[in-house]
Amino acid sequence: MKKKKSSRFKEQAIRSFFFTCGILAILALAGIFIILLTMAFPAFKDISLKEFLGSGRWDPTSPEKAEYGILSMIVSTLLVTAGALLFAVPIGLGVASYLSDVAHWRVREVVKPIIEVLAAIPSVVVGFLGIVLFAPFLGRLFHLGNGLNALNGSVLLAIMALPTIISLSEDSLNAVPSSYAEASLALGGSRWQTLVRVKIPAALSGIIASIMLGMGRAIGETMTVLMATGNARSFPHGLLSSVRTMTADIAIELGEVPYYTTHYYALFGIGLVLFLMTFAVNMIADIILNKYQQRER
Amino acid sequence: MNFKKTLWAATLALGLAIGSGQVFAQKKMIQVKGSDTMVNLVQILAEEFMGKNPGSALAIMGGGSGTGITAVINGTCDIATHSREWKQKELDLAWEKGVKPRFFVVAVDGLSIIVNEKNPLEKMTMPQVGSLYKGEIKNWKVVGGPDKAVSLYGRQSNSGTYTFLQEHVLGNKNYSLDVKEMNGNAQIIESVIQDEGGVGYVGVGYLFDQNGKIRKGIKVLNISKDASSEAFSPLDKQNIDSGKYPISRPLYEATNGKPNAAVTGFLTFETGPEGQKIVEREGFFAISEAHKIQNAKNLK
Repeated sequence: MKKKKSSRFKEQAIRSFFFTCGILAILALAGIFIILLTMAFPAFKDISLKEFLGSGRWDPTSPEKAEYGILSMIVSTLLVTAGALLFAVPIGLGVASYLSDVAHWRVREVVKPIIEVLAAIPSVVVGFLGIVLFAPFLGRLFHLGNGLNALNGSVLLAIMALPTIISLSEDSLNAVPSSYAEASLALGGSRWQTLVRVKIPAALSGIIASIMLGMGRAIGETMTVLMATGNARSFPHGLLSSVRTMTADIAIELGEVPYYTTHYYALFGIGLVLFLMTFAVNMIADIILNKYQQRER
Repeated sequence: MNFKKTLWAATLALGLAIGSGQVFAQKKMIQVKGSDTMVNLVQILAEEFMGKNPGSALAIMGGGSGTGITAVINGTCDIATHSREWKQKELDLAWEKGVKPRFFVVAVDGLSIIVNEKNPLEKMTMPQVGSLYKGEIKNWKVVGGPDKAVSLYGRQSNSGTYTFLQEHVLGNKNYSLDVKEMNGNAQIIESVIQDEGGVGYVGVGYLFDQNGKIRKGIKVLNISKDASSEAFSPLDKQNIDSGKYPISRPLYEATNGKPNAAVTGFLTFETGPEGQKIVEREGFFAISEAHKIQNAKNLK
């Protein structure tokens, strides 16, 4: 009788512990959102939403007229992210296909850990490589004065998003039931046809989810873009112009802004926009994953 | 069972005692934060000071003049270093919080305008520099240079150098949005070295390499007050002292009220003959007699 009571107590305790952990995660997320919302709200007493989201002029410390338009920064963030995905998705998918379909298991054993290491490189080191290595190279390649532009940022962000995309895509490809591939080969399909027409469509939900997660990483990246994209506040003209992303701007300005001024609240406004963007990206990834999983069943 | 418990308790108590003893025994560090233009200079001054005064400890950080001023207002540093004067907003905030800042001039800086060494231009007028940074001049040939697009490099809005240039050279007008805002003086220099159409502004102390020569790859422009005046170089101390070089500025340190004994010691060292010799060695200029008198008054 004694033993049963203590084991039931243990069960309850462990269950409560896990429940608390889960609740804490939700509370943390809700807390962050509430803080961003309450700290950003006072900004809109002085700044119209139209100016904030519609104007490309960000000059809060201007001695003439303080301007709080973040459109240039939103576009800059989207530009470097799009550029990063342009590089990372084909290469990532290619590497994932190679690892899951073509590579000898010994090659896989070596390459997979190396890719994991790529994910562990600190973002500030990647930014440093961008300034010292890539920027001069891009400058020479495109005959620009310097290479601190959106393209530089895109390449670096692609390097950082690649491990996520490769890992998850490869897992998804491996999770495709072998009966699919066997059926395709049995019907006379080549290995390439099997990969492109059968395996990848079957693993599509996982692949798209991995791209979304890589995209989330790229949107939120701060240090790399701060160091490598030139930080010009003007509206970007293309991949070869200097850009300032939302994350870089917060990092640059939050340290010196006097607390509780319009500028201070506006920075939280930028944080809120960033949060909502990343949240939306993750939600879409989740929905896609769920939708395709249900279809499978 | 009882013995084990007692042993654990004793070890824990001993560990806590030693740990807390360490905390109390730690030296109180003087925190110095602010201007990126001044950070190297103040670092070297601090090292010399700590060498001569064992038992003193100083921590020097950059972040920009704005960052330092905010920190001294919020009480997170002892000395704020800044290369511009406080803005009215900052003074108001300080008074709101009961912070009564005292200012000390520790060095004088000639803000130099640099271009790539391949640029044949030798001088510019101050209004021309202003037009360049306001984005009104887009090609070097307008000011007598080669037919190349102007590539602007500057600092970020937390920098005292940024604010100083905006007030004194841009006439309090907006910077061009195309200025590439770099993280510090060193990055500006490296960028101008690589960019043939580049122009940047840096404190004169950053122009020199370890051997005391001007960095290879950049050229320091002579600046004249206006089109009818003579252009002077920021590298000559006489030009700074006499005011002939138009873009010079004092470099300040600020404390919350009367500084304590440790901070006073450091300030006295910096503004005294030994400190000023280091200031000149690092490429800046020594303070004037008027500055010395004002400093002494503020130390009382």
